[in-house]
Amino acid sequence: MKISAFHLMPHRELPADFERRYRSVWVTPPWWELADARRVGQYYTWTLDELLHAARRGFDGVCTNEHHQNAYGFMPNPNLMGSVLARLTSGLPVAIVQMGATLPTHNPPIRVAEEYAMLDCLSGGRLVAGLPLGSPMDVNLCYGIPPLEHRARYREAFALTLRAWQAREPFAWNGRYYQLATVNLWPRPIQQPHPPVWVPGSGSVSTFEFAAEHDVCYCFLSYSGARAARTMMAGYWEAVARAGRDANPYRAGFLQLVAVAETDAQAETLYARHVEYFYHKCLHLPGPWFSPPGNQDYASLVAAVRHPVRRAENPKDLRYGDFVERGYVIAGSAATVRDRLREEVIRGLRVGNLMLLVQFGSMPHELALENIDRLALEVLPALRGLWTDEGWVNHWWPATLRAPAAGAPQGAGRAPTPAGPAAPAGPPPAAPRADAPTRAAEPEAPRLADGRPGTRR
Amino acid sequence: MSVAATEARTVAVWGERLPVRVLVAGRGPAVVFFHGPWGLVWDPFLDGLAERFTVYAPEHPGTTPGRADDAYQLDGLWDLVLCYDELLEQLGLATAALVGHSFGAMVACEVAAGYPHRAARLVLIDALGFWRDDAPIVNWMLLGLRELPAHVLRDPTGPPARWLFGAGETGEAALATQVRLTWAMGATGKFVWPLPDKGLGKRIHRVRAPTLLVWGEADRLVPPVYAEEFARRIPGARVVTVPEAGHAPHLERTATVLPLVRAFLSA
Repeated sequence: MKISAFHLMPHRELPADFERRYRSVWVTPPWWELADARRVGQYYTWTLDELLHAARRGFDGVCTNEHHQNAYGFMPNPNLMGSVLARLTSGLPVAIVQMGATLPTHNPPIRVAEEYAMLDCLSGGRLVAGLPLGSPMDVNLCYGIPPLEHRARYREAFALTLRAWQAREPFAWNGRYYQLATVNLWPRPIQQPHPPVWVPGSGSVSTFEFAAEHDVCYCFLSYSGARAARTMMAGYWEAVARAGRDANPYRAGFLQLVAVAETDAQAETLYARHVEYFYHKCLHLPGPWFSPPGNQDYASLVAAVRHPVRRAENPKDLRYGDFVERGYVIAGSAATVRDRLREEVIRGLRVGNLMLLVQFGSMPHELALENIDRLALEVLPALRGLWTDEGWVNHWWPATLRAPAAGAPQGAGRAPTPAGPAAPAGPPPAAPRADAPTRAAEPEAPRLADGRPGTRR
Repeated sequence: MSVAATEARTVAVWGERLPVRVLVAGRGPAVVFFHGPWGLVWDPFLDGLAERFTVYAPEHPGTTPGRADDAYQLDGLWDLVLCYDELLEQLGLATAALVGHSFGAMVACEVAAGYPHRAARLVLIDALGFWRDDAPIVNWMLLGLRELPAHVLRDPTGPPARWLFGAGETGEAALATQVRLTWAMGATGKFVWPLPDKGLGKRIHRVRAPTLLVWGEADRLVPPVYAEEFARRIPGARVVTVPEAGHAPHLERTATVLPLVRAFLSA
């Protein structure tokens, strides 16, 4: 089992009446009314610090992704974040999971191949290369790509990316959408033949069939929990079988919102309003924007019209108790969260690469750190051995980090210590494992000071 | 709703790779009708034209039932214009009157600009093709099918809503219409996304055909100011604004528009 901390980098302080006052969290929210650049700088810093904290506490990977023109999660270039994380986790057995830079928004798309190669070099071969299509809001509405061309551009860019990483000789690319006379990538990734590839999706049939066909890890980025994902994931596993692939659980990734506290009741006290903020404000956008005409191919369109699997219910009608009951969020004591993750998500969906959204919505920095601590110390250890105990190998993880983390995570045996922004965030990094990519000249990871990534003294 | 007997003729263009289905009806001089973003439906306006003319109504690639994936064959507007030149050639129409609605009017105008000799007369009904910052065109593809009729039609409850959007349908028919409309918008929208101005302003001076512009006075999708964009670039173009009509005046006020168009085409 590999378990990563995922972050969206949301606006944490939207007004209480946001969803009544504004049309959408995406594409059209007015920056000048809703945000302040200095404060947003603080959000970015908190995001980096929370992910670093997760890395140091023993999460297997840290995930960032790309979205545009929104208050839901605004890292227009996740590789800027990944770059900081790669450097500050030098020597730690943590994967830099870019979930990632979206291919169709880059022109030419070899920009993504280049930046990922940089990250792989910088991280010592710890990159997981997420190659998402990008959401319709980002790609079609913000970046002007015709919905009907979205997938075809993606497929061409995907093929170009893989070739650009591996080609021994410079080559010309005379594509339908992209033309390049000389592709000769500098740098190339450390991982050979290329970094592990994950394809995130939101349930589109054609995306998971693409993943199965290309032998990559399909990650279902869902906010509706495992129960709602069952049919979809069963369809994925059928596609995997049809493609003649084995049922290796590491072919599947899943994103889950999680919130851990001392007790189930305590979790409600601590997290209820942040959960509701996320579902009521951060996902506030006109339904048709999720699938502009042409974005789904014809077969997916017919399937979606005839069997509307997702969100028959309006999340705005639901409250914390509903979200938890339905599994949109797995919240409660460490025992509750651990058991639900294991049964509903990991075993229920057959997922080997789990991504946990450790901060969501308005959740403040200190609470996010507490959530991360409790997850790392009280939840993850019990889940780590799953799938590995059956002998499955995670071919979609950096080879040097594949072995289960040896021993207990850092800080094990101690009570969780929520670290405020003023406190140094955690003990110094553990000694790199024997199989971790290390170099004699590689400096130790810098410590944090004042909750900001510091420079090495 | 069809009165005229229509014949479906399929003509392979684009090096035989792209079969274009053309509904043909009527007798008389040739009129080619290019449909809008919601697919081709044989409606009373086409019936009325077919009483005096031979109407050829091609379906834009991808909008023909059973041929959804043809939407992927062409890459841009230039490809589409070339295809329609080939189509007219294959139909034996060295020259014809070109009539179009909405996206189809943009196509008609592009064909008339690309191949001036092909267009004997040109009728553009609430045409796309330009962009004005002072009158932004709402992206109809993002409205959702529920909101769409009220945005396109002045009265979303009348018969035109039934013809264009299958209003009032239930069950299987409603689902099929939902798929058909969504796909038709995607297949046509790829040529105009994200803004329906693909440089017509650079080419429109090539139009030689006498031109009639028909515009719904209450068009909320492509406001009547856009008629000016065409009128001032096509010498002698006539603009008719139709009261109490939205983006589909030929369907909303057929009794007003049909005689006008027929008279213009017969002149």
